[in-house]
Amino acid sequence: MCGIAGIIHKGKSTNVGGEMQKMLQSLKHRGPDSTGYALYGNGESNNYILRFKVGENVKEGSSAVKEDESIYQERIEQVNKKISTSGATLHKEEQITPYSYRYVISYDGDLLDLAKQIESVEMTEILSLGKSLELIKDIGDASVVADQYDLGDFAGTHGIGHTRMATESGVDIRSAHPYWAYPFSDVSVVHNGQLTNYWNNRRALEKKGMRFMSTCDSELIAVYLADKIRNGIELEESMRGSLDDLDGVFTYLVATKDKLGMAKDHMAAKPMVLYESDDLVALASEEVAIRTVLPQEIDTYDPYEGEVKVWQA
Amino acid sequence: MASIKKHKSAEMGLHDEVLTGRTQQVFFNPEEGENFFYHDSYKVDFNKRTEIDANNIECIDINRKINELMAKGYGTIVIKNPGSKHSIGVGILNKLNLIIEGSLGYFGIGSVDGPVVRISGRVGWSCAENMMAGKVVVEKNAGSCFGAAIRGGDLICKGSVGARSGIDMKGGTIIVGGDAGAFTGFMMQRGRIVILGDVGPNLGDSLYDGTIFVGGSIKSLGADAVEAELTDLDIAWLKRKMKVAEIEKKIDYKKITKIVSGKKLWNYDNLEPTERKGAI
Repeated sequence: MCGIAGIIHKGKSTNVGGEMQKMLQSLKHRGPDSTGYALYGNGESNNYILRFKVGENVKEGSSAVKEDESIYQERIEQVNKKISTSGATLHKEEQITPYSYRYVISYDGDLLDLAKQIESVEMTEILSLGKSLELIKDIGDASVVADQYDLGDFAGTHGIGHTRMATESGVDIRSAHPYWAYPFSDVSVVHNGQLTNYWNNRRALEKKGMRFMSTCDSELIAVYLADKIRNGIELEESMRGSLDDLDGVFTYLVATKDKLGMAKDHMAAKPMVLYESDDLVALASEEVAIRTVLPQEIDTYDPYEGEVKVWQA
Repeated sequence: MASIKKHKSAEMGLHDEVLTGRTQQVFFNPEEGENFFYHDSYKVDFNKRTEIDANNIECIDINRKINELMAKGYGTIVIKNPGSKHSIGVGILNKLNLIIEGSLGYFGIGSVDGPVVRISGRVGWSCAENMMAGKVVVEKNAGSCFGAAIRGGDLICKGSVGARSGIDMKGGTIIVGGDAGAFTGFMMQRGRIVILGDVGPNLGDSLYDGTIFVGGSIKSLGADAVEAELTDLDIAWLKRKMKVAEIEKKIDYKKITKIVSGKKLWNYDNLEPTERKGAI
């Protein structure tokens, strides 16, 4: 099943972390295995915020292989060396969990080169690398993850999130949503549905040099959009193209530094409820999620089949 | 040889109405209203009114409360603060005047037989699924699968509905004041659908039987759906139903498009003769 949600405030920064937590917690019944947030904050003085992990959460219910935590320190030392040799400068280092880190770095070079260097360290995966995007995902429901990563007070303009019921791949962080559209800063994707031409598309994209970190079909959407953007195609046009190029049943949300978009397949087989006002847009798999942030009676509707919409922050 | 018993439906006053199309939908004769009753139903007084505040109550408890109130003879129940919760009003097998002040989530008013329900807000997916009889009026929009597999009754949405409205419908009437999405009337087997606005692609795909009326544009017809001639009898029926639906919008009935089954039934017709026997 899975649940997706998103909210964007037009021209205003607010407690988007707390809002997304409430929305995603109300969708727990659609996906209790893991929860992910892609939050767009106010940034760190034009520096890059790097969210990454050097291991997996191996608590009960996880399908990840258990490792000795002492190995994480060795990996972190290697990551720090890679950052330094890539010409980036590390300004701030925060350890959030034994396996998850938030860095603030400055860097003028090619993001793809930097990302490749960091991910050359064993079991290391960049969750996000951007000037306003912070991508957090872990095993557990929305409140568990928000408490673990202290997201309740996160301020920003917009965010998207996902509650996952694992069907196509394991219960682990690498298979959790959102996905960062590697190697483009500040682009993230969440998806509800199944893609039936995953391997055909994946093979074609890998031949073009695109990178996949999981076997989760949803990652394909992020990589597909990244490839289009890399070729100079605008976000909205890329999303329209995805409706014909991706087979299956799906509704997905995509966010960039200042935009939030949604796309629904031609069959309209996956739900999405939308509310739009002059101040904000809120959308989710179920209206009950929107009502956690807008408890008053509101006018909502289901976008139709084949619909693509993009809103500006 | 055992004698054939008179069927219960005949005892209840049911009869077949012969229509010009292929539909064999069964209607109640209003002159035989006294024969129309529900087994094991509660005797309720529509003038006996009460309220349920759904705030902080799980849907299962709301539905249990509705049942308890009907058992006490309440014939008019108002649900306040429904908060788009799922499955509110499911399984009401009774005459009842149910008023929802707000919006419902998924599967609202499902599997009901007899109540008249008014919803001032919106409904999520699969509203009134499997409804047997009664009337449900939604003032705003509805999600996908509106009226999935209904057997009878009148289901009305004054706004627009999502995809697959009337999927697997086996009787009754669905009336939509606005637009409808893709696959409206998908695998419909009986009954009628009226869409006053525009309809998305694949209208009436795999339609077995029944009739679909469209006031606006049709993006495309599905397999098995064909256009038919709109008769005076159809227009008279539509006018009557618009009154039931409480839709006051001005309608040019002569511009309505009527869609029925072309009876191609691709999957079935492509079977070998021996395979067809197995499919029946």
